[in-house]
Amino acid sequence: MSPHSDSGHDDHSHLSDTELRVRSLESLLTDKGLVNPAALDAIVDRYENKIGPRNGSRVVARAWVDPDFKQRLLENASAAIDSLGYTSTQGVDMLVLENTPTVHNVTVCTLCSCYPWAVLGLPPAWYKSFPFRSRVVKDPRGVLQEFGLKLGTDIEVRVWDSTAELRYIVLPERPTGTEGMSEEALADLVTRNSMIGTEKAANPKAGKS
Amino acid sequence: MDGIHDMGGMDGFGPIPIEVNEPVFHAEWEGRLYAINSVMGAWGEWNIDAGRACMERLDPVVYLQSDYYRRWLLRMENLLVERSMVTRGELDSGAPVGEAVEPLPTEEVFDRMRASRSARVDAPVAATFKVGDKVLVRNIHPTGHTRTPRYARGRHGVIDRDHGVFIFPDSHGEFKGEAPQHLYSVRFTAQELWGPNAAESDTVYLDMWDDYLDAG
Repeated sequence: MSPHSDSGHDDHSHLSDTELRVRSLESLLTDKGLVNPAALDAIVDRYENKIGPRNGSRVVARAWVDPDFKQRLLENASAAIDSLGYTSTQGVDMLVLENTPTVHNVTVCTLCSCYPWAVLGLPPAWYKSFPFRSRVVKDPRGVLQEFGLKLGTDIEVRVWDSTAELRYIVLPERPTGTEGMSEEALADLVTRNSMIGTEKAANPKAGKS
Repeated sequence: MDGIHDMGGMDGFGPIPIEVNEPVFHAEWEGRLYAINSVMGAWGEWNIDAGRACMERLDPVVYLQSDYYRRWLLRMENLLVERSMVTRGELDSGAPVGEAVEPLPTEEVFDRMRASRSARVDAPVAATFKVGDKVLVRNIHPTGHTRTPRYARGRHGVIDRDHGVFIFPDSHGEFKGEAPQHLYSVRFTAQELWGPNAAESDTVYLDMWDDYLDAG
């Protein structure tokens, strides 16, 4: 479906078949009263501007500075996240997976693309891609190396394949040399990928990648 | 069903397409389609499992040749026709037939989106297994929806955690009821799933319902 394959002369000649069909679908559903365009605007705005990985970063930073919160997070993630007030799991059942010096967790959904969007926003394209979905369960170390993460054989790699209505986020290890940093500054080190498990939290000297 | 969507363990798809500074949506239409999906889901004509089942019924060649949101478009068109919300003729012509309904107000859409997320069921269903039990994933090949990936069937694992009682997607996705049952996190060694060349230390965790498992 090349966007330039249509040699027609109407205003839509530069649009792909997919885009034309989406426009047509929105128009039809609006005409039928099944869709209210204002609701579409509000949903797009929500994902582009309000929900994103920053919510998850703040959850992780809180767990790094507050051992009681971390304990509650590992025992009942949904309740602990909702208790923070500034973000919400929106009723999704969550599980937090703790990385340690000997365990590294990475999450995937091989069957579709399940992702903890209430806390991390919409998934990156690579998370939804066939290469990631097919390979990370069988060759996690090879996949992690493509993200620049090389793990020794003394570390257990745990792959979590999201088959149920239960969403995972990884609690990355707190980087060394961050003692005394504020919770807000710590949150800046918590990358989206570190909460999926394809990288570690950023080194404070290097900054967030 | 044993469909193309069940791709865990397949080879040949190439390197991971990592993109730096990726936008939330790569084109405006992707956001519109995402939102249409949310709004149409709010009508309650299908559930999340039935939505996945519809995706899995896409022609496998089309599935592989379509990008992520194109697959969403094709799935949405099929769902609308299957659930009698829109006819194929209306999709083809773009012209609505019959009287319009009153659209859901924006707040109502958000309320319904919030209300329908958890698949946890408050039902007194007994658990067949307990943490530490050895299990064998049944060698089943249902022609409808299932969340048991091919790579786990016939493999041995250990119950790592009991999540409680959840809706059973195989039944729910075919509009045959919730069939609530216990859901467990099951731990498999990488070598059990992928053979002796897998790292000895590594493990894979899958969420499995009672009906997927036998003692083993």
